[in-house]
Amino acid sequence: MNVIYSFWYFVLSFIFLSVIGLFVSWIDRKITARIQWRVGPPWYQSFADIIKLSGKEVLVPEGSNRFTFIFSPILSVIASTICGTMLLLVLRKNFGFGGDLILFIYLLTIPSLSIILGGSSSGNVLASVGISRELKLLLSYELPFICAIIIPAIKANFTTSLIEIFQYQNLNGSNIFSLSGIIGFIIILIASTGKLGVVPFDLAEAETEIAGGALIEYSGILLGFYKLAKSILLFVVPLFIVILYLGGTPIIGFGSLLIFILKYLVVLILITLIRNTNPRLRIDQSLRFFWGWLTLIGILGILISLSGV
Amino acid sequence: MNLKLKALKKSLWVYHVSAGSCNNCDIEILDLLTPRFDVERFGIVLVGSPRHADVLLCTGIVNKKCVERVKEVYEQTPKPCVVVAIGACACSGGIFRDGYQMAGPLNKIIPVDVYIPGCPPKPEAIIAGIVKFLKEIK
Ligand code: SF4
Repeated sequence: MNVIYSFWYFVLSFIFLSVIGLFVSWIDRKITARIQWRVGPPWYQSFADIIKLSGKEVLVPEGSNRFTFIFSPILSVIASTICGTMLLLVLRKNFGFGGDLILFIYLLTIPSLSIILGGSSSGNVLASVGISRELKLLLSYELPFICAIIIPAIKANFTTSLIEIFQYQNLNGSNIFSLSGIIGFIIILIASTGKLGVVPFDLAEAETEIAGGALIEYSGILLGFYKLAKSILLFVVPLFIVILYLGGTPIIGFGSLLIFILKYLVVLILITLIRNTNPRLRIDQSLRFFWGWLTLIGILGILISLSGV
Repeated sequence: MNLKLKALKKSLWVYHVSAGSCNNCDIEILDLLTPRFDVERFGIVLVGSPRHADVLLCTGIVNKKCVERVKEVYEQTPKPCVVVAIGACACSGGIFRDGYQMAGPLNKIIPVDVYIPGCPPKPEAIIAGIVKFLKEIK
């Protein structure tokens, strides 16, 4: 692949990912509305939000670091797009390389890091409360998240390549049909709500306490970039879970594509249900939860998967 | 009509400014945002920071302490934005018009786009006012 070709691939997948991510975030909002016995927003709602934000004034607060303030939302969009592109390459072209799982874990932390970067550059007091929470949350959910990623890697004969994990499941059936698979699936489902920053662990943005948290000073298209990155992640993270745990049908032809989309929707709806049935946790509670029970169960899962069940 | 204005009309993010109200209008606004009235149908959501807002829902006579704050919140809101005066107090002073703290009504301090009278206005009245306003702007 030469440079120009990969550039255009990146741009195309950015467009694809943003359209599908915004659509997915509409599904999320609609399900939330139906659970609360409401009608909910129309299908174009997330698109209208982004277009509106692009037409608004961008205010850069006095006393902020101008470059970091403008650069970090763009960084978060780029990072989440690269994550999405990697998964799309795995699914569409069977393209992958040894160690891309590790690269993926690193790239997936960049959107959170860019929120921290942007919030700290804005110089707002409430934003600094928000970033301190985001930082602690990042430290806490990362541990069980990685535990749950190690389990399928062990099951696929100690590989660090996404494509091998996916192909292993095509031969041997989905990872979720084993004891360690179920444990890992539950853990990654809960940890991904922290990764996405949705309700039980949305304390970094807590609108009712710290007024938007790290994003408090953002307006206009810069805020739109963060929203876009979040929508893309809402597409990417469930897709990642599907690849790790619910593989097992190679995508050839229309029927298997439909099954794949169905699996994806199940994971998305599970995450939405978790988000709608739980109150927001305090930071000490979530730290104890992630580093306590969840990590212990995760290590147990790793041990079980080492024994081959 | 251009696309951005259309999108703005479909996605209003509201920020609630309470400038010395008797708290009754604020309760009606909270009612408005509950599932029963479901303003997310129109794309209206409550946001926590004026930087994210498109609509300022202002209640109450603006009392002397609040003047500076209301001005500041208005300046912090990215334009284009809509200011809605909710309740008789914000529109004209209401029962507090002769009060010693009265520095408003709101349109003396910042430009107001929509007036929704009532003491307090019902959530239905607020929705009706906003929807009428959305039909007016071209
Ligand atoms: S309009 Fe009536 S209900 Fe609203 S703040 Fe004024 S006195 Fe209270």
